[in-house]
Amino acid sequence: MSENGIGAAVRRKEDHRFITGGGRYTDDINRPNQVYAYVVRSPLAHARITGIDASEALSRDDVIAVLTGADMAAEVVGGLPCGWGVCNKDGSPMAEPAHPPLATDTVRYVGDQVAVVIATSRAAARDAAELVDVDYDELPAVTDLASAGADGAPQIWEEAPANVCFDWEIGDSAAVDEAFSKATQTASLDVVNNRLIPNAMEPRAAIGDYDRGKDEYTLFTTSQNPHVIRLLMGANVLGIPEHKLRVIAPDVGGGFGSKIFHYAEEAIVTWASKRLGRPVKWTADRSESFVSDAHGRDHISHAEIAMNDDGEFLGLRVRTTANLGAYLSTFAPSVPTYLYATLLAGNYKTPAVYCEVKAMFTNTVPVDAYRGAGRPEASYLLERLVDKAAKVAGLTPIEIRRRNFVPNDGFPYQTPVALEYDSGDYFAVLDKALEISDYDNFAARKKASANKGLLRGRGLSTYIEACGIAPSNVAGALGARAGLYESGTVRVNPTGSVTVLTGSHSHGQGHETTFAQLVHEALGVDIDAIEVVHGDTGKIPFGMGTYGSRSLAVGGMALVAALDKIKAKARKIAAHLLEASEDDVEFENGELRIAGTDRAVTFGDVALAAYVPHNYPLDVLEPGLEETAFYDPKNFTFPAGCHICEVEVDPDTGVVNVDRFCAADDFGRIINPMIVEGQVHGGVTQGIGQALFEECVYDNESGQLLSGSMMDYCLPKADNVPNFDVATNVTLCQHNALGVKGCGEAGAIGAPPAVINAVVDALSEYGVEDIAIPATPQRVWQAIQSASR
Amino acid sequence: MYEFNYHRPASLDEAKRILSGNDEAKLLGGGMTLLPTMKMRLAQPSDLVDLSAIASLSGIEVAGDSITIGAMTTHAQVAASAEVSSRIAALSVLASGIGDAQVRNRGTIGGSVANSDPAADYPAAVLGLNATVITDEREIAADDFFTGMFETALGPQEILTAIRFPLPKRAGYAKFPNPASRYAVAGVMVAETGNGVRVAVTGAGANAYRVSEMESALSANFSASALDGLAVDASELNGDLHASPEYRAHLVVVMAKRAVAAAGG
Repeated sequence: MSENGIGAAVRRKEDHRFITGGGRYTDDINRPNQVYAYVVRSPLAHARITGIDASEALSRDDVIAVLTGADMAAEVVGGLPCGWGVCNKDGSPMAEPAHPPLATDTVRYVGDQVAVVIATSRAAARDAAELVDVDYDELPAVTDLASAGADGAPQIWEEAPANVCFDWEIGDSAAVDEAFSKATQTASLDVVNNRLIPNAMEPRAAIGDYDRGKDEYTLFTTSQNPHVIRLLMGANVLGIPEHKLRVIAPDVGGGFGSKIFHYAEEAIVTWASKRLGRPVKWTADRSESFVSDAHGRDHISHAEIAMNDDGEFLGLRVRTTANLGAYLSTFAPSVPTYLYATLLAGNYKTPAVYCEVKAMFTNTVPVDAYRGAGRPEASYLLERLVDKAAKVAGLTPIEIRRRNFVPNDGFPYQTPVALEYDSGDYFAVLDKALEISDYDNFAARKKASANKGLLRGRGLSTYIEACGIAPSNVAGALGARAGLYESGTVRVNPTGSVTVLTGSHSHGQGHETTFAQLVHEALGVDIDAIEVVHGDTGKIPFGMGTYGSRSLAVGGMALVAALDKIKAKARKIAAHLLEASEDDVEFENGELRIAGTDRAVTFGDVALAAYVPHNYPLDVLEPGLEETAFYDPKNFTFPAGCHICEVEVDPDTGVVNVDRFCAADDFGRIINPMIVEGQVHGGVTQGIGQALFEECVYDNESGQLLSGSMMDYCLPKADNVPNFDVATNVTLCQHNALGVKGCGEAGAIGAPPAVINAVVDALSEYGVEDIAIPATPQRVWQAIQSASR
Repeated sequence: MYEFNYHRPASLDEAKRILSGNDEAKLLGGGMTLLPTMKMRLAQPSDLVDLSAIASLSGIEVAGDSITIGAMTTHAQVAASAEVSSRIAALSVLASGIGDAQVRNRGTIGGSVANSDPAADYPAAVLGLNATVITDEREIAADDFFTGMFETALGPQEILTAIRFPLPKRAGYAKFPNPASRYAVAGVMVAETGNGVRVAVTGAGANAYRVSEMESALSANFSASALDGLAVDASELNGDLHASPEYRAHLVVVMAKRAVAAAGG
């Protein structure tokens, strides 16, 4: 292994600029003659707009314009589009109501965009926004899932009777019924998956900049996928042809999914910049992020599992209600369906699985993908249910899992819910986790905790996830309205340095390092002579961006395909320079050598020859050394793993302290183990956050967001998590040449059930069998109180 | 935030002159509550009178049987003070557990006490340790100082200058922090003082208050077990997303026991 190639823990090339304040985020960018937008948002959860009087705001000298939904509707092509269509059980399409960037006649959640004030400073825009007088006719609102489906519930959309967006199913219901009829034992679970607010460190921001001379638009935005924004906003909202619209997502400070989507503010600033003839900048503050970034999760489910006498799973039946919020966010319908229910087979060979999902509109912020997107919901439900099944069957949590794992010789494994797993060794990751968790000495630790008056519990989860959604034609058949390939260009410069242009987007993942390692491995070019360019539709080929742990498995593979083309051409050039047959030229460590001889040219010699083609086979080969590839994966990738958590519960206060957390994961081949470990740490921390701390709470009467700031919405902090013990066990992905699977979401998927299983284990001496998530001190205390009574 | 006039007087007299006749002016200590409130546009003072340039307002002074802490002394300074930790360890513990490092480096004892936030830590210390609040006009006994949620005995133009803590025989502080904000959901200062045992609670009610049943029980027997079976009435307590009144009532007892244990009882 080269010290900077595949498998090396290369320090992140991008970190120097980030930790020395040299990052350039959207809000750092200012354009000449720029003005500032502030969005007037609805203070009510559901209301008709009966009038907007902006005269007082407009009377200020520093206010340039106040624009409303009526202004915008007159000029734009359409509303914010939904990028994934889902059908009802009967084959009819889902309800897909219009989503204007600025509300026209009705607001449907607290935070809904009503008007935009544009002024010469951000402070002036905000001051003036308070002077915009909006008259509302308040309507009854509903925010929680149980009430949204009740008789007489407030109706949010005419086209969605009973607030149902779609009522969808997957799997063979008859086969599951038969499994239950044969079952000798069953277990069941009612489970909530708590609603989360993403909270990327960098709030969203956007600058629209229209060039009148060239009739061209530039949008700077905090996006995980600038080409997707260009396509959706250009074609669906503003009617701007793509060659006249450039979208730049510069350094982006975290996304976790919330920056995948096309948001109203992007369209508003782009549109307003042409209308006003000045660049328009908008930056969210944290309070605004809470009510305008798409939220995550928010499911209620009932699940039942059928077993035989040996505790082998015969069938799984799941009924889920999912909250989509007030409007369909860009990929909202895919999350509680194809990214969720298809994962319900888990690591198990359960022969029959059936799931029905009713997706509901409520008067809340739109809900969409958040780290893991559907897969954490599946894993949490399944791994809680499997622990319950173990109790019913009288087996340990380990034994019931081993009895039901897909066997190592069972791959490729076709699940009953559409996916085909290509590789894995669930037994090995379980064993690895048991080893690093010092599983056998738990009793001694439990005793030590008891001596301190604390209840120690242990929980484990074995999870599978599906990354790199693909192939495009399959995703299309399932409702995706976009391709799911990735692009990459390798541009070898005349002096031998390399510029990589990738359609993937790094907003914390470390692509500038990992992708450089791939190039170094292939071409032998010094890692510091490799620059990775991303996030600018004016520079990079059409790419789909970064989400769903897809960057390496899809974007990395596009890069590998481009590198293969570079290598093939380099060998042709070298063969010419060496006057040898191409077949005799070996390419290794940056050198092209005639096999078995000492005659060689360097890759730098080849690059120079390609651009200064004086001694060059011009009759058969084009000059230059630049190649582009588009890569469409053959299948999803299937990372898997086992997480083991130990908690200490203080029975006097209900406080849960995560004392130990071990993650053994199979991410396929690992390019940079340090970056992978960092991804696991971050993901597990967010998973612990979901399990113990984070909870988005609305008041169901008023529709107000109660957990509307960091004072009440509890993100996990450094002192809330232990040092993590992490390990990997590799089985290679079978359908990509790198053998990579993806690691970005695993922690957020595997951790919540491991933590909650541990909390339930700790409380088992009180007879507690279940606890709602997040297991806050108050909930744990209440569980102990009700159990003790 | 809305626009305001900013002043940074060099003396108390100058501060008083700015305040006089200016009903919408606010004193600025560390700003850890006021500035976020202004940023959220929930406060709109016409003038901010920043007290940080008045040297006489900062510092920790030990004199005989008391410690006097200047109003502009930061939580970090109190937490780091050997004079404080060797004489009233419970006060050091309390100061070192406020908010986070950034808050402790900016926030001041005077600002915290004058604000009477129901969830702030210092009010429990002032009341539990039977401190005296010193202002530019007078001295106010702790028992007379906290009058309601964000309300104190301070007059509109009165400036809190220092707090004098008599040295207790022993004292302990225990706090259950709000998981999100780290403010006190229930914080209890227990102290055995020259005038008997005092138990002061913050976080649970509208403002810091004493619990006489606990004081009697601990006067008879200064040990955590003396509080066994003692229940706190939940009906007057705060309830929010993180803790119902019933849970708070329970936590007050648990924290009181832990405070007694911390005091060596």
